[in-house]
Amino acid sequence: MYDCLVVGGGHAGIEACHIAAKLGKKTLLVTSNFKNVGDMPCNPSIGGTAKGIIVREVDALGGLMGHIADTSQIQIKMLNNSKGPAVRSLRAQADKITYPKNMQEALKNTPNLTIKEAMIEDLIVEDNKTRGVITSTGEKIYSKTVILTTGTYLKGNILIGSENTPSGPHGEARSNYLSDKLKEYGLKIIRLKTGTPQRIKKDSIDFSVLKREDGDAKYWTFSFDYPPSYKIEDQVPCYLVYTNATTHQIIRDNLEKSAMYGGYATGVGPRYCPSIEDKIVRFADKERHQLFLEPESLYYDDYYLQGFSTSMPRDVQEKMVHSLRGLENAVITKYAYAIEYDAIDPLQINASLENKILENLFTAGQINGTSGYEEAAGQGIIAGINASLKIDEKDPLILKRSDAYIGVLIDDLVTKGTIEPYRMLTSRAEFRLILRHDNADLRLRDYAYKIGTINEEQYKRLQKKKQEIESLIKYLKENHISKNNETLKIFSEFNKDAPTSNISFYELLKRPEINLDFISKLISIDYSDEIKEQVEIMVKYEGYIKKAYKEVEKLEKLESKVIPDDINYDNVHNLASEARQKLSKVRPKTIAQASRISGVNPVDISVLSVYLKKEYNHE
Amino acid sequence: MYDTICAISTSSGIGAISIVRITGPEAIDIVDKVFSGTLKDKETHTIHYGHIIDNGNVIDECLVMLMRGPKTYTTEDTVEINCHGGISTTGKILEILINNGARLAEPGEFTKRAFLNGRINLLEAESVNDLIVAKTNAARTLAINNVGGKLTKKIIELREKIVKILSNIEVNIDYPEYTDELEVTHELMNKYLSEITKDLDNLVSGAKNGRLIKNGVNIAIIGKPNVGKSSILNYLLDEDKAIVTNIPGTTRDIVEGTITLNGVALNFIDTAGIRETDDIVEKIGVDKSKNIAKNADIIIYVLNNNEEISSEELETMGNLDSKKTIIFVNKSDLEQKINLGNISREIILGNTVSDNGLDNLLVAIKNKLNLDSIVNKDMSYLSNIREITLVNKANDALNSAKKSLEEELPIDVIEIDLKRAWEYLGEIIGDAYEDELVDNIFSNFCLGK
Repeated sequence: MYDCLVVGGGHAGIEACHIAAKLGKKTLLVTSNFKNVGDMPCNPSIGGTAKGIIVREVDALGGLMGHIADTSQIQIKMLNNSKGPAVRSLRAQADKITYPKNMQEALKNTPNLTIKEAMIEDLIVEDNKTRGVITSTGEKIYSKTVILTTGTYLKGNILIGSENTPSGPHGEARSNYLSDKLKEYGLKIIRLKTGTPQRIKKDSIDFSVLKREDGDAKYWTFSFDYPPSYKIEDQVPCYLVYTNATTHQIIRDNLEKSAMYGGYATGVGPRYCPSIEDKIVRFADKERHQLFLEPESLYYDDYYLQGFSTSMPRDVQEKMVHSLRGLENAVITKYAYAIEYDAIDPLQINASLENKILENLFTAGQINGTSGYEEAAGQGIIAGINASLKIDEKDPLILKRSDAYIGVLIDDLVTKGTIEPYRMLTSRAEFRLILRHDNADLRLRDYAYKIGTINEEQYKRLQKKKQEIESLIKYLKENHISKNNETLKIFSEFNKDAPTSNISFYELLKRPEINLDFISKLISIDYSDEIKEQVEIMVKYEGYIKKAYKEVEKLEKLESKVIPDDINYDNVHNLASEARQKLSKVRPKTIAQASRISGVNPVDISVLSVYLKKEYNHE
Repeated sequence: MYDTICAISTSSGIGAISIVRITGPEAIDIVDKVFSGTLKDKETHTIHYGHIIDNGNVIDECLVMLMRGPKTYTTEDTVEINCHGGISTTGKILEILINNGARLAEPGEFTKRAFLNGRINLLEAESVNDLIVAKTNAARTLAINNVGGKLTKKIIELREKIVKILSNIEVNIDYPEYTDELEVTHELMNKYLSEITKDLDNLVSGAKNGRLIKNGVNIAIIGKPNVGKSSILNYLLDEDKAIVTNIPGTTRDIVEGTITLNGVALNFIDTAGIRETDDIVEKIGVDKSKNIAKNADIIIYVLNNNEEISSEELETMGNLDSKKTIIFVNKSDLEQKINLGNISREIILGNTVSDNGLDNLLVAIKNKLNLDSIVNKDMSYLSNIREITLVNKANDALNSAKKSLEEELPIDVIEIDLKRAWEYLGEIIGDAYEDELVDNIFSNFCLGK
């Protein structure tokens, strides 16, 4: 009998089983093939805009992804470094051999965690309570909680042109029955689609005609706990490729041969990840599209051709790839394919990621309708934490939209549902000025410490960081510029206007052209870069950050208005019928969540508040 | 504790008196800011006489009822302002209260508060919902059917403009590696912001005319008996039978008929009460004329070409506000007995007998209202306070964006303000939805693996 049983060793499953084991739970990870644990079947990168912030959040909560990405990356850069602090995010090219290897190593060394190879085809369910799983050989494994992180394995179908092969990624065996079983237990199953582009053999690429893109010349890590372990000069470059008129013509001529346009596929594909044929059709007047060649690993020769995913047959893919400048003689080592798979409608899960119909069953990652390694990891760690808290009969950890991108992600899923694989975007977060990559530890480590997923030492470091931020701000407020010849000289030396009065350094820092590096010429500042960065952001964007917190406060007032679990929306008169349907389906926990459901209007919220007051004497 | 809300409590339209009601913690303070008297130290449930004053201008003479909580409808401090009816006066008072810190109430919100504060019972509460729903539906129908349609279109266009910029910025943020996409720079943002501000200014400046257009212009035709007032009215109404209506107007006066001129409704105020009497001059006297003059947007004072002008007529005319009065000398087809030299003002001649006999009068009305300029500007018109408030908020957000632009804050920070402006405009038309921006990103930009 296990406490927590995780099905699937992808990015969600890893974080789920690791964190449950860390919390002292007797944990079992069941995977069809341990060699594939931590695998990256699509792009060879971790992070990216918004996603990089999720990685940091996972790290802040005590997860693995950040540190393992750091130890296996072959190029890293800070995206949007020239833009505002709210939208900066790390992206790394992760080595597809090293990353899974390091991840598997980390799991092997996790106490309380057992690993087993098997294919799961059914759950053990009694009175809508999940008691364990049944393997393809009929073996029953009992556990207090079960976390499904099955990725694209549920009835996976690989599509290349008109070919349709039942398969998980990499030709791995798929799970044939589990999604049918879930349907029998009353869950609604949806069918989704995603795709991956070609891999190209390195020595067949003419790099000399391609634009090279290097990593940053500054050291970065995802992890808050470990220093960088790479050398800047060892980073491997990526390359830029463009499509051209010939490419577009080939695609247009062969459109009916593609799985998606030929009508061979039924799953809904994501808009942010369109196949190249989609791009050509929908943006017919665009003369070229940008593509990227990214190295997959130092240990084999494949380059990943980002932006060129397609469900065309192989012979057309050959023509398409060879029409690209620099790839005229390219050898395709793996053709692009689309994969369709079963997922559950996320409106059936709670914000804790526990299922609404089957108790003790948690789900995370692609099975919940998301896309991306980082989105999976973010849910995985929450599922693992909440399964553990459930066993201890404690309240689940539900991150708010103002706490973390992970909070936005889960709230979106369980409130709005999804019809396409959900990808995190900066624009989905209304409080992005608060949800920055640089303060993920400040936002989340108090929760982590309270739950027990970070240790004493990590917590002390957090406290120290908070104190130093406070003391630097105080120092800047208390000290004023003294306008003597020496200071005036420094201002003119750096071509800046000296202030007309003896303002505080805090006030001075608010000016756009002033930073702490400059101020350190006027007054000694003995703080780390990390602290200085925090303070600069807090001072320079004070007005906007304050406004954001005001909004958060308003939202929290509504979040505190709880809707009782037993509410029957049929009894609430005057709700618009669409609102009634949506509310009955989503069953929001709070008035705030209700107000985010599409189709629920302010009037309906008003009607609902009045009803709650009447029936439950709700404030 | 709730915030302070206000609304016009009487139904708009007929009625000599309208009530503007304000309730909430700041109700008394806010009224004190705009009332000639002071309520702060007065006993509860008392009535006070005075004026509503805005920037030193007297808006209306009114009776103000002070009711301190909890013995009020909502159980919160409540003030009721009894003012002279008519959308323009009550609307103005409402606007003044909002400018001084109150919020326009949602439909049914007073009753909702009464219920939430435990003031009314369950049975009554049922009707609250009905009220909320009914009023909203009514408002919805109204918005679809009236002049608002054009406004909605303008706002939709403006929002489309903004959302394109927003999604461009979001694409720059979420897909920085796609260097083929246009980058929204500070320079570009500056250009965008001025364009949007200009569009928004047009909406705001149209606001005053908007109320004219939405509610129509009230015209009173006055003059001695037999100068031909009824004929003029009938002539004008006959001219465009298809659009003659008999619906009660939006002012406290009963509208006899409405015609549209350049798309603007001209409501002819019924002066039946005046016409009933035999000796009009005696009855109405100078005071009554003043009273009518006060409430009409335009007065057509009719004289008879075929009769000598009387001293009463001269006196009445002298008391009319020349800015809104048109002196019309009727019966130009008959022999001229009137001594026009006695009238120092501009006069319009005409008759109701010939085909184009009132053309000059119509031109005079148009000129008074400046109608040509209104229509030529092709503006859409903001027509109620809620809309104006939201547009003002959007405007504030744009100003904040400009300030941040000057301070060289990053584009993605400036975007926060632009997004707020876009959201406020969305509230006006009411059909904004949460994922609008995300949807727009993917329909306008081509990105991804």
